[in-house]
Amino acid sequence: MKLSFSAEDELFRKEVAAWLNDNLVGEFTQLKFRGGPGDEHMFPEERKAWEQKLAEGGWTCVGWPKEYGGRGCSIEQQVIFNEEYARCGAPGHVGHIGEGLAGPTIIAFGTEEQKQKYLPGIVAGKELWCQGYSEPGAGSDLANVKTKARFDEEKGKWIINGQKVWTSLAHESDYVFVIARTDPDSVAHKGLGFFLMKMDQPGIEVRGIEQITGTSEFNEVFFDDAECEADDIVGAPGEGWKVAMGLLGFERGVSTLGQQMQFQNELNQVIDIAKENGAYQDPTIRQRIAKAHTELKIMRYNSMRMLSGQGGGDGSLQKEALIYKLFWATWHRSMGELAMDVMGPESEILDGGPYELSRLQSMYLFVRSDTIYGGTNEIQRNIIAERGLGMPKEPRVAAK
Amino acid sequence: MDFTFTEEQQMIRDTAESFLTEVSTSEAIRAVMVTDTGYDTDLWTRICTDMYWQAIHIPEDFGGMGLGYVELVAMLEQMGRFLLCSPFFSTVCLGSNALIVAGTEEQKAEYLSQICEGATATLGYTGPSAGQRSGQWGAETIEATAKRDGDNFVLNGTIRYVMDGATSQILVLAARAEGTSGEEGVSLFVLPADTAGVEATWLPTMDQTRKQGEVVLTNASVPASALMGEEGQAWPQLAKIIDLATVASAAEQMGGSQQLLDLTVEYTKERVQFGRPIAGFQAIKHKAADMMTSVEVARSGVYYAACVAQEALEGGEMESELPEAASIAKSYCSDTYFKNAGNSIQMHGGVGFTWEYDPHLYFKRAKSSEHFLGNGAYHRERLAVLLLDGE
Repeated sequence: MKLSFSAEDELFRKEVAAWLNDNLVGEFTQLKFRGGPGDEHMFPEERKAWEQKLAEGGWTCVGWPKEYGGRGCSIEQQVIFNEEYARCGAPGHVGHIGEGLAGPTIIAFGTEEQKQKYLPGIVAGKELWCQGYSEPGAGSDLANVKTKARFDEEKGKWIINGQKVWTSLAHESDYVFVIARTDPDSVAHKGLGFFLMKMDQPGIEVRGIEQITGTSEFNEVFFDDAECEADDIVGAPGEGWKVAMGLLGFERGVSTLGQQMQFQNELNQVIDIAKENGAYQDPTIRQRIAKAHTELKIMRYNSMRMLSGQGGGDGSLQKEALIYKLFWATWHRSMGELAMDVMGPESEILDGGPYELSRLQSMYLFVRSDTIYGGTNEIQRNIIAERGLGMPKEPRVAAK
Repeated sequence: MDFTFTEEQQMIRDTAESFLTEVSTSEAIRAVMVTDTGYDTDLWTRICTDMYWQAIHIPEDFGGMGLGYVELVAMLEQMGRFLLCSPFFSTVCLGSNALIVAGTEEQKAEYLSQICEGATATLGYTGPSAGQRSGQWGAETIEATAKRDGDNFVLNGTIRYVMDGATSQILVLAARAEGTSGEEGVSLFVLPADTAGVEATWLPTMDQTRKQGEVVLTNASVPASALMGEEGQAWPQLAKIIDLATVASAAEQMGGSQQLLDLTVEYTKERVQFGRPIAGFQAIKHKAADMMTSVEVARSGVYYAACVAQEALEGGEMESELPEAASIAKSYCSDTYFKNAGNSIQMHGGVGFTWEYDPHLYFKRAKSSEHFLGNGAYHRERLAVLLLDGE
C-alpha cells in the first residue's frame, strides 16, 4: 500500500491546475461551482462553450484511449484530473453522459462506423447525449421495458414507439441511447436492443418534469414512430441488456472523486455557516459535522481502494464498488439535512420569490433523488446482498 | 498510489487467517476466556516462537522483523475476526509501540529484545477519572504521580482499564508531576511488573475475551533509567502511542465486524422458515447489505489509517494526519462493530441470545473495544475540535 502519487503524476497535477487556472476566467467565471447535480439545468449554453474550451486543451475524455481522441490518462492521472477540476470549482460537465456512458459503450461494443460517427462529437464537446432507460413502468424493475423497436424493411430503419422518463438533460441533448424491445413477445431482459438516436426529429417529444425544487432537469421523452438508422443499433437485436449492463463496468469510480470534491465544497460551506452562526457549539451538531467529515474522508479512501483493485476477472464489481452508490447517496442525503439544521430557521428563507432557492436549499431538496435514481437504496441493498453476499433472489411472480 | 496489499502483505494476512482458523476456534476461545489470565500460554509460546508475530514491527536492530504498520494491521484484522485471546494486542500495540516511540536506546535494547523472546507488556495511563463522562482518554485522565527522590522516581496512584494489566511482565506507565494538569508534567516509565510497590489486579469484565487490570502504585520506586524521554515532557509521545494503538484497535474491530457479517449470512442461508431460507427475505438481506456496506467502508478507513501510522512511525510527511486518521477509523469501526453485533443477534433470532452460539462473544467484544481508547462520540468530538474550533 502506498498513498502518495509519483513525481511524474504530481507534475501532471500542476499542469492540470495551471491550465484550469488560466482558462476558467472571463466569461467562464460565472460557471464556477455550477451545473452539478440539482443544478444541471443552469447555464447549458455557457457550459457547452466551456466544454469546447476543455476540448481545445485536450481535457475532455481524458481516460479514453488516444486512438478514439482521448488523452489516454492512467487511472492515477484521471484521479488527479478529477480532483483538480473539482477543486477549482470548474462546472459540472454538460457532456458527462456522452463522455462517461455513451462513448465508452460505443468504444466497447460499437462498430467502427459508429465510432467514427459519434466519438469525435463527444470529444469535441459539441454533441451532448442523454440516456433512455427508465420508463413509467420500468423504474426499479428496469428490465420491464415496454418501448418497442420494429425494423421497417421499406424505410430500412428501426421505428421506435414508447416513453422514457427521468431523462436528464434530454432538452439539451443531440443524441439519446435507448433500450427498446426488439422482440415484442419477449419479457424482462431478453429481447432488447440498444439504439443510438438523433433527438431532433419529428417522432421525439421532450417534456420537462417539474421537480421538488421547482426546476426541471429531468424530462419525459415520447417516441412516436421515431426513427433510428439501421446501423445505429449497438450489438445485435436482443443483446441490448448486455450492452446496457456493460455500462456499469465503466463506472470504475474515477468520476466519484470529482463528485467528492463537490461534496467537500458543500461540507466546507456548512462548516463556515456553523462557525458563523454559533451552531458549532451545539454538541449534537458537532457530532454530525464530525460524522459527515469522517464518512466523506472514508468515501475517498474507498474510491482509492476501488481504483487500485483489480475487481473480478469477469468485469464484476468488487465489494467496495458494490457498496459505493448506497453509501454516497445516503451520505449526501444526510448532508442536506445537516445543512438545514445548521442554518436553523434561516434555512427557510429564500433568496427571493416566488421560489428562488439558494444552492444549499436546492441541494437539500435535490438530494432526496440521490437515494432513488440509478437504483434506489432498496435496490442497491438487494444487489449487495445477492452479488456481494450470495443471498437468494426474491422469487419472481410468473408473468401472465 | 496503490491502495491494495502487496504480495507479501497478502501472504502475511493469509498466514494469519489459516493459523487462527486452526487455533482460535470457538471451543478454544471459550476454554481460555473463563480463566483469570485469559490466554493459553502454550499458544502464546507458539505465536512467539513458530510465528514470531510479536516481533513484526520491532526494528531488526532489536531482534524484530522490521515490518510496518500495514503488515501489523493485516494481522490484527484477522485476530479481531477470530477473537484471538492472547496478550498480543497489549504487548505489541501498547508495549512495543510505547517503547518504539518513546524508549531510549537502552530501554529498547532491553525490553524490545525481551518482547522478541516472548515477554508480555502493556501500557497504563488512565486513572479512575477516565471512566467519567462516558469515557475520556486524553492527558487529563493521567492521575498517578511521579516524584523525584534522589536518583529515583517514586510513583503513586491508581491506573485503571489497563489491558492485560494483571498479567503483563513489562509495564509502561504514565504519571505526572504533582500539581500539574492536562498535557503538562507527564512522564512515561518502563518497569518490570514485579517492581516493589506495584500491585496489579485482575478486574473481571463482561467481555471475557479480553482482560483488564488495575495497577495500584504505592511508593513504587524506580531508577532514573526507567524514565522514557524527558521528565515531564512525554505527552506528545504518549499521544502518538495512543493514536497508534487506536488504529490497531480499529483494525481488530473491522475484522470482528467482518466475521459477524460472515457468520450471520451463513446462518441465514441455513435457517429455514416459511418454507425457504430466511436469507431470501428482504428484511434480512437489507440488514446484511447494510452490514457489508459498513464493513467495507470501515476497511477503507482502517487501511488508510494504517498507511498513515506507518508514515508516523517513520517520521514521514503524513505524520501530522495521524490523530485525524485514527479518530476517523476508530469512530467508524466502533459504531460498525457494535451495530453489526446487534444485528447479528437479531438475525440469529432466539439462538442469537444463547451462550452456545458465538454472536454474544462478538457483541461483548464490540462494546469493550468501543469503550477502549474512546468510543465513536469521543473521537468525533476530537474531530470536531479540529474542524470547528480553529480561528
